[in-house]
Amino acid sequence: MKRPMTMAEKILADRAGVAAVEPGELVEVPVDLTLANDITAPLAIKIFEETRISRVFDPERIVLVMDHFTPNKDIKSAEQVRICREFARRFGIRHYYEGGACGIEHALLPELGLVVPGDIVIGADSHTCTYGALGAFATGVGSTDLAATWITGRTWFKVPETIKFVYRGRLKPWVSGKDLILYTIGDIGVDGALYRAMEFSGEVIRRLSMAERFTMSNMAIEAGGKVGLMEPDRKTLNYIRGRAGREPRIYRSDRGARYLEVREYDCSKIDLQVAFPHLPSNVKPVTEIPEIPIDQVVIGSCTNGRLEDLAVAAKILKGRRVNPNVRAIIIPATPQVYREALRRGYLRVFLEAGAIVSPPTCGPCLGGHMGILARGERAVATTNRNFVGRMGHPESEVYLAGPAVAAASAVLGRIGSPEELGLKEEA
Amino acid sequence: MRFRGRVFKFGDNIDTDVIIPARYLNTTDPRELAKHCMEDADPEFVKKVRPGDIIVAGKNFGCGSSREHAPVAIKACGVSCVIAESFARIFYRNAFNTGLPIVEAPEASREIREGDEVEVDLEAGEIRNLTQGKIYRVKPLPPFMKELLRDGGLIPHLVCKYRNLRLEDE
Ligand code: SF4
Repeated sequence: MKRPMTMAEKILADRAGVAAVEPGELVEVPVDLTLANDITAPLAIKIFEETRISRVFDPERIVLVMDHFTPNKDIKSAEQVRICREFARRFGIRHYYEGGACGIEHALLPELGLVVPGDIVIGADSHTCTYGALGAFATGVGSTDLAATWITGRTWFKVPETIKFVYRGRLKPWVSGKDLILYTIGDIGVDGALYRAMEFSGEVIRRLSMAERFTMSNMAIEAGGKVGLMEPDRKTLNYIRGRAGREPRIYRSDRGARYLEVREYDCSKIDLQVAFPHLPSNVKPVTEIPEIPIDQVVIGSCTNGRLEDLAVAAKILKGRRVNPNVRAIIIPATPQVYREALRRGYLRVFLEAGAIVSPPTCGPCLGGHMGILARGERAVATTNRNFVGRMGHPESEVYLAGPAVAAASAVLGRIGSPEELGLKEEA
Repeated sequence: MRFRGRVFKFGDNIDTDVIIPARYLNTTDPRELAKHCMEDADPEFVKKVRPGDIIVAGKNFGCGSSREHAPVAIKACGVSCVIAESFARIFYRNAFNTGLPIVEAPEASREIREGDEVEVDLEAGEIRNLTQGKIYRVKPLPPFMKELLRDGGLIPHLVCKYRNLRLEDE
């Protein structure tokens, strides 16, 4: 009988064509989808062209998303995008996204059905691990690894050990997937899952929306994780229905699979979380933080720019005003999210509250454009990183939170929770 | 492969935003990137660093984004080798793929001090601290990694393989 394996091990073994794999083993596997953006694709293209190899393994499996500095913020970034556009034309790459078709990559790809459960995906972007929420073995690589896969259609992995995280109990009001993942990173640290696969499970995960699941898997890398996997369930299959162009492969961990560690959390004890500068692990419950005035709020990014996130923000901002000392920037992650937020009236709520609505872009998340911080300024952001200089000046500060805390803070002018506005979450 | 240089020391969790801030990522030119290497940790770094010098850091060096611009910037500003207690996964891959030698050595990383003269001998698997007169053994690289470094990185490695394959096809 085959020895019981974790999800990560099963995907790698199956796709490598072997009966079983052990953590630490190197395996070579075919890649179902590759991804690069306007920062990493130009470098991959340069590397690819230096090989003088004149074909790519499969143009259908190459996705290029121009999301970071677009609409192009300066001449240099416009030139980078031109390189990508020409490359896409030359090789007949259909999945090239720019302009009105473009959204933030890790929100866009699942939405378009480009990733399905069981896929092996590599992306020249560290948050490629987002697709673990679909049960795909998806991870970030550099441009050289990516260029190599454009040639061969394959890549190598060291089989990771798996840490299992089990979430039990009932969530407190307003607490979301973002709070769970911040809490988890706070618990194990920014290198707590270094080289490891994270597996998120338990009744709480099963109850989360797909949007919140993406948020959690998105931040696996913030704990050093290679992948952030969740077992596909009915919600996953409903999500891909009507979107996916390929058949899913469903992998679930075997009973008796070996984990490096199993950590259980009682979610009824987890409050809304805020990660203080300058590490995502530097978390505190919102109830225990002092008065911290802020200059900016950003609601968006591949972590929390989905429709569900905007719905939370709209609920809080409805009939209220953004504090006059705060610039609130709201960034729907994709054109589809944008259209739907328009249709549901969220954008109107935001504008009437005095917020700024930006086109889909990474923008301020990585300090690119559309909301850069000056020296000494503070922002609350629903993004995933608060490193030194991440959103602008090296002496600015980013506090990470979920959409509920971000929206409430925009109104309060300081970091706070919706409860301080007298708001109760309807069950 | 042997490197010798003065040490610049950094702490834990040196992330890729510190190694090369995103505001400079509108180019892929190594010389341009090198001008801003480590800028947000030490704005004077690129002025002080000389060819051959060595970076020594704590845990989780290179965490954060997947940008290959990070090892590229480090290499282009003259650094010969990075020693750390541990490396972030993507950075680890990228360093090998782009030919930046890196060594995981917890004890050496903790004991080596800023300004020490250090020699790294990858073949012998040794780090020698010439200032403090100490020698550290390091874990040998997996054979696959050695192969990559021997071929000069992933792409030259592949080009060889791919050319051979193509010859068989024809
Ligand atoms: S939104 Fe931020 S974290 Fe996500 S892909 Fe863009 S820059 Fe990276």
